[in-house]
Amino acid sequence: MKNDIILAGVGGQGILSIAAAIGLAAVNNKLYIKQSEVHGMSQRGGDVQSHLRISDAPIASDLIPAGKADLIISVEPMEALRYLPWLSAEGWVVTNTVPFNNIPDYPQTEEILANVKKVKNHIAIDAEAIAKQAGSARAMNIVMLGAASLFLDIPFERIEEGIRQLFGKKGNDVVELNLKALRAGREFSEKNR
Amino acid sequence: MSKLLLLGDEAIAQGAIDAGLSGLYAYPGTPSTEIMEFVQGSKQAAELNIHRQWSANEKTAMESAIGMSYAGKRAMVCFKHVGLNVAADAFMNASVTGVNGGLIVVSADDPSMHSSQNEQDSRFYAKFAMIPILEPANQQEAYDMAYYGFELSEKLNVPVMLRITTRMAHSRADVQRKDVKKQKDIKLPSDPRQFVLLPAIARKNYKNLLLNQPSMEMESEKSAFNSYIQGTNTDMGIIATGIAYNYLMENYPDRKCPYPIVKVSQYPLPKKQITELYNTCKSIMVLEEGYPIVEEMIKGYLNVGKPIHGRLDGTLPRDGELNPNIVAKALGFNVTEGQPVPSIVKQRPPSLCQGCGHRDVYEDLNEALKEYGTGRVFADIGCYTLGALPPFNAINSCVDMGASITMAKGAADAGLVPAVAVIGDSTFTHSGMTGLLDAVNENSPITVIISDNSTTGMTGGQTSSAHGRIVEICKGLGVHPDHIKVMTPLKKNHEENVRIMKEELAYQGVSVLIPQRECIQTFARRKKEEKKESND
Repeated sequence: MKNDIILAGVGGQGILSIAAAIGLAAVNNKLYIKQSEVHGMSQRGGDVQSHLRISDAPIASDLIPAGKADLIISVEPMEALRYLPWLSAEGWVVTNTVPFNNIPDYPQTEEILANVKKVKNHIAIDAEAIAKQAGSARAMNIVMLGAASLFLDIPFERIEEGIRQLFGKKGNDVVELNLKALRAGREFSEKNR
Repeated sequence: MSKLLLLGDEAIAQGAIDAGLSGLYAYPGTPSTEIMEFVQGSKQAAELNIHRQWSANEKTAMESAIGMSYAGKRAMVCFKHVGLNVAADAFMNASVTGVNGGLIVVSADDPSMHSSQNEQDSRFYAKFAMIPILEPANQQEAYDMAYYGFELSEKLNVPVMLRITTRMAHSRADVQRKDVKKQKDIKLPSDPRQFVLLPAIARKNYKNLLLNQPSMEMESEKSAFNSYIQGTNTDMGIIATGIAYNYLMENYPDRKCPYPIVKVSQYPLPKKQITELYNTCKSIMVLEEGYPIVEEMIKGYLNVGKPIHGRLDGTLPRDGELNPNIVAKALGFNVTEGQPVPSIVKQRPPSLCQGCGHRDVYEDLNEALKEYGTGRVFADIGCYTLGALPPFNAINSCVDMGASITMAKGAADAGLVPAVAVIGDSTFTHSGMTGLLDAVNENSPITVIISDNSTTGMTGGQTSSAHGRIVEICKGLGVHPDHIKVMTPLKKNHEENVRIMKEELAYQGVSVLIPQRECIQTFARRKKEEKKESND
């Protein structure tokens, strides 16, 4: 198996915690992993992406070739569209619908979502609202992870385990909140795929 | 030992710690910063009491590392590629002094200039200094090379360069650790004059360095990091260096490339393997991340041999980093991209954070400069370089660390008065102080704004050597105390700050304005930690 995933967002939105959770789950599942991150200047409110590759065989490149990504997980809707050249014909886009507007010429949200809906396989989810229902808007990332988890070849229990590991230090309440967010995201994808 | 999931930078750090590192020296710079950050965060490094503080700049870092090597202990110095320019004086001479304790110089190149002002290739520096290079293809090699590099350095009596590029530095994969070696004890060089580069001694040392070259080549030929991989189709042979090897193999999902390959991760080039490839194949393709240094060497000036393909003949782009697709095209494969990016997607350039003090500084400065017109603000390297972008459009230069003050001085010498320098606190102590001394000595009519956010902001908030010292430094360098003004860059102080700036712009001598306000990123982090501590 292989899952080639592009994680997208804006610097400071915390896409790397999603990557970390999937990474832990992959390692716990004895899979190979390579994950390329963006550090430095772009982190100051610019567009950022991470290439995350998981496989049961050794992985060569740290970067995913164009047209080969199985999944784009974006915490921001316009950023989901930026990486479409990487998406394979049968790949999925899982995106948050809440815009992060820090530029003067940000397009209309409706226009962006219309373009998301043109992608054959897509999930558009208001991850902030669902995270709030789960207990904290800050769990938005984990809702996104839950929504995307349906398209990963990693058992869901392993991802739950990853969440427990990732948030374990912060106490049981934080773990439970994030597990709730994770499950809510997954449920949304199950209903809307 | 357990496997770890590490960035390339972190793998280097862990490899060095496990190899008996005694001192790490560095100045922050993307993509090298995480090496020091990892060692600073490592419990093991704390228990072993490894030196792990930031230096004022790359030159002081390099020299301290040479000092630790002199004392017989293993030392590593890390910086980004342009940092090696700053350290170059010490670096070039360290190959002539040789080493005592093993010395690794990590230089992190940034092809495609993700966070840099050029994409210079550090391998030229290593060739210039005539020392070996280790260039990992993956995170495991990064670990292994840091682990093995000290030994190689001690064996060959030269510093060893560990050259990485952005993707290697900032990509994570699993790494298998080796046994932890003990640190070396203090042991002075057997020749007490080894490090005294008086001409007579330097000439002797330099001859030894030249005599040493065949041993370096032999080390490369027998190195496990270099390999000759057989292939069935000898129409072409491929030389793939560092991570370019990964992009090559990505194009063969079964990992079986039909062409013979020399995988190069240790330099000088392994002559035996390269010669065999050249003799076996009808043509050669060179895949390398960075400048076409290997391609140029193989091709030679006259290019009279077999066809050599690479960045020089247009088979691959001359600039920018490689990726699997660029290499696929060079190999003649079709690349099927996904859908194009919809036209409504807009650029999202980096920008100064909301609430950042540099924003207020530029709003104040733009207002204060209105009567003089634009084109007279020389800036420097840091977050505040983003003042070049809208809505500020406030600066006219960003060249190298410290250049703001000296360029302003040069422009003032030419008659562009007032000339303004904008520099950050960490950049000021990195390379701004000597330039300020030049300006003081000539009483140049310049206004220097040291925008002090009390951290090295752009690289993520590392300790700034300037912290709490700027006013005293400026006084010490001879700036008149009446023309050193500390201010707080906040909206409510706008009018007052503009008034002060106007006054100092009119002054026909050196003024230093120091707008001081903590970086909002480090401020937020500090508050969070304080809150956590009070909860515990």
